[in-house]
Amino acid sequence: MSVVSQVEVDTHGDHSHEEHHELGFIRKYIFSEDHKVIAKQYLISGIVWAVIGALMSVVFRLQLGFPDLDMSWLKPILGEWINESGKLDPNFYLALVTMHGTIMVFFVLTAGLSGTFSNFLIPLQIGARDMASGFMNMLSYWIFFLSSLIMFISLFVKTGPAGGSWVIYPPLSALKQANPGSGDGMTLWLVAMALFIVSSLLGGINYVTTVINLRTKGMSMDKLPLTIWAFTFTAILGILSFPVLLSAALLLIFDRSFGTSFFLSDIYINGQALPNQGGSPILFQHLFWFLGHPEVYIVILPALGLTSEIIATNSRKPIFGYKAMIFSMAGIMFLAFIVWAHHMFVTGMNPFLGSVFMLLTLIIAVPSAVKGFNYITTLWKGNIIFTPAMLFAIGLVSFFISGGLTGIILGNSALDIQLHDTYFVVAHFHLVMGSAAFFGMIAGVYHWFPKMFGRMMNNTLGYIHFWITFIGVYLVFFPMHYIGIAGFPRRYYQWSGFETFNTYMDLNAFITIAAIITVFAQIVFISNFVYSIFKGKLAPENPWKSNTLEWTTPVNPGHGNWPGEIPTVYRWPYDYSKPGAPDDFIPQNVPFSATPESNLPEENELIAKEQQIQSIKYDTSIHD
Amino acid sequence: MTILIAILSILFIVLTFMVVSKTQSILKGLDKSKKEEETYLGAADKYNDANGIGLFAFWLISIVGIIWSFMVYKKDFLPEAASEHGKVTDYWFWVSMIVIMIGFFVVNTFLFLFSYLYRHNKNRKVTFYTHNNNLEVIWTTVPAVIMAGLVFSGLRVWTKITSEAPANAEQIDIMGKQFGWTVRYAGVDNNEFGKYNFKLMDDAGGNPMGIDFSDPNSFDDFSNASEMHIPKGKPVLLKIRARDVLHSVFIPHMRVKMDAVPGMPTKFWFVADKSTADMRAELGKPEFNYEIACTEICGRSHFGMKLLLVVDEPADYEKWKKSQKPMLTENPDLLNKVPDNLKAKAQKYIDGGEVAVEEVPAEVVASNVLGNSSKVLK
Repeated sequence: MSVVSQVEVDTHGDHSHEEHHELGFIRKYIFSEDHKVIAKQYLISGIVWAVIGALMSVVFRLQLGFPDLDMSWLKPILGEWINESGKLDPNFYLALVTMHGTIMVFFVLTAGLSGTFSNFLIPLQIGARDMASGFMNMLSYWIFFLSSLIMFISLFVKTGPAGGSWVIYPPLSALKQANPGSGDGMTLWLVAMALFIVSSLLGGINYVTTVINLRTKGMSMDKLPLTIWAFTFTAILGILSFPVLLSAALLLIFDRSFGTSFFLSDIYINGQALPNQGGSPILFQHLFWFLGHPEVYIVILPALGLTSEIIATNSRKPIFGYKAMIFSMAGIMFLAFIVWAHHMFVTGMNPFLGSVFMLLTLIIAVPSAVKGFNYITTLWKGNIIFTPAMLFAIGLVSFFISGGLTGIILGNSALDIQLHDTYFVVAHFHLVMGSAAFFGMIAGVYHWFPKMFGRMMNNTLGYIHFWITFIGVYLVFFPMHYIGIAGFPRRYYQWSGFETFNTYMDLNAFITIAAIITVFAQIVFISNFVYSIFKGKLAPENPWKSNTLEWTTPVNPGHGNWPGEIPTVYRWPYDYSKPGAPDDFIPQNVPFSATPESNLPEENELIAKEQQIQSIKYDTSIHD
Repeated sequence: MTILIAILSILFIVLTFMVVSKTQSILKGLDKSKKEEETYLGAADKYNDANGIGLFAFWLISIVGIIWSFMVYKKDFLPEAASEHGKVTDYWFWVSMIVIMIGFFVVNTFLFLFSYLYRHNKNRKVTFYTHNNNLEVIWTTVPAVIMAGLVFSGLRVWTKITSEAPANAEQIDIMGKQFGWTVRYAGVDNNEFGKYNFKLMDDAGGNPMGIDFSDPNSFDDFSNASEMHIPKGKPVLLKIRARDVLHSVFIPHMRVKMDAVPGMPTKFWFVADKSTADMRAELGKPEFNYEIACTEICGRSHFGMKLLLVVDEPADYEKWKKSQKPMLTENPDLLNKVPDNLKAKAQKYIDGGEVAVEEVPAEVVASNVLGNSSKVLK
């Protein structure tokens, strides 16, 4: 039960109301401290980044699918990166791959997904007026914006953006003479990432604090929607692991600019032996993956949280195994910290460590499987309404299963020897964390759009968007496993130099075509999104007949979210289609005393406690 | 062909979608109360059935597509294993693959089947079913047991592969650099490697691997930047290093992969059990060659770091080794690096090499290494 401060409408209501009117355009929409505005800022930044990242993938997919293609027509955009004979510069190819990874993992699926929905939903679903610290929240976004700006500028540096792949392993990333992409582009990358980490930490601390302290009356932890659990676990993961990446980045900055040797040793390059000795490139990999692995859960957990909510609502059925879902997320979170070295089986790390990490890695498959099974059982004997959000949520479950299963092979160190750094890995993580998280994000946008913008998105366009994207993603990433099983290495500009990798040109061309169709199908979404913000059908308060608190706010929730008192919570969020109830949903703020016809025996006992919940007084003397 | 099938299947799905939705809208008519629809915008719409059926139809078509594409493409899966441990890992790969494919088909089938079966129907009574601890226990235990089985088999294989190399293993020093591989053999006279040190590396002076010529063991060492030879049926220990950035030795047919790390030598041992000639006969490709590739991003020509691998019959291998010229013979200037007290010993290798040594111009090596990709690099 929350004991610390809570904005009480009686004491603060008038005051905040006044403030609301005084806010000018800049404080209201730009340097806003309102969690809903910040969420929208994150969402729109995320979409812009997603477009950039996706277009990059189209360029390098063209190179991989059609190595002989004349790309002169891209000269107006890419300039010198297309050479005289119309070929993509191999250095720029590496830069594209690097930036695609960085942008998608951090700027779209971390900031765009977690930033949007944690900000938007945490106060609304736990019943709070805003985040614990609105100022920190604003700071978090604007530091992210600064980071974005620097990363964007790095695209236009003369030597190109960072080009050592998103994992930026030194010595390649540390030595300017090793790769043009390790020059100024890399410096900007590191600065941008350092800022990104600061932003992410500010956000994460805020999320956790808010969930712990600002829950409304009656919102005990066991009544939290699974979304909130997911966001909380995600924030904890980020708080504990991002600083490690920051340390890695700082040490790398030292190695690059101040002549230290944390990661460098015994190097002879460009006819010169460097003085650095005693460092270890493997140390960097440990530090990197100590974030890098939790990062994939930072990306997927919020998506799974959103999916839980969407699937329950649209199946008109309680989420199956609410507690099992929480425990499996907790298990995933815990295990996420101790599996990082499975990315490093063949780095020359002690093979015994490899064994340990293989064991831990395969354990993480168990809670993941439990989540999958629970989703499917939620659908069982439900009454499914296929809103676009629901379709994307089902797509997510399918990707999570299909992509997760190949992780069982990759997590096995003996089998990883052949498959490490091949397209099998690329296919695996694009399905399980890339596409799945992307689908979670899109599902979230469709589902919460009415609360964000007070209007509905067009369903028919949503269906078209879903079908092309869903089929497209499978057509891109399923055949990619085949290429990986055949041994094709990642980050290759082309494979024709090797007889072994000279097959499958048709598959590569096919993947490229499917990728282009999938990427351009997103235009359907973006136009639907933009159009609906201004011209969409006006939304009611609770368009999906959903139980959680955000749907009890007005159509356009103002500053402070609820015009009157914050509703009190009496029940869990998944009372859908409860036997005996007149309607097929009972919102969380409906007391058991109001629903005698549908109460379970143990719930009747809770009626006695309702008075107690209502009379909770928060200590408002502590300033929020 | 593939593209055609894909386009057709997309078309097919879209058509199914359209036909079904059309039928639905006709069947449904307009008898729904307009009022309710306005307040409940999230209600099932006229496409609801089409979407539910579509998901299941998608899955059925996918099953056909997966099986078909698997049959067509499997011939190039896991290029024929030519090492002893490779056959074992391949076996476990396919065992795991069968396990996960069962999971893949079963779980996805339930997902899409339920989407189809339980699509909205206003007469359906939803089962209020919140949890079942027995079910949770079952589906925690079953994957856990399967995982345990895979882990233990994997651990056994992994421990064996990464165990110490047998004492009689043929040792080869392989060094990655931007952008190529160089291999060094201990020579035929004393079968000991000379020491190396990165500070001695000198491309211009003909010592790219940093061999320490004050160590007499180095005198008979020979190196090669275009081919690596190994004997069939005998353990081979690769002593792997890198001199500039990370690289990774990948021999697809041997199921060998190990990173090359500057400052931290790594190793991998294996036994090749098919010679190049065996493989050519088996595949019916007289031009076949084993190849070594780089799988750790290392810069611009990462994709061009190719080294040919030749697996010889043991006798041929010994013969080949004898025919190789020590580095001192290849490049007599290196004698300057030998300390005076050892010059006499080293002189033997200089004199032994009266046969005119054919200098391989750097460009030829480069174009060899890069194969037909060199054109693009220019």
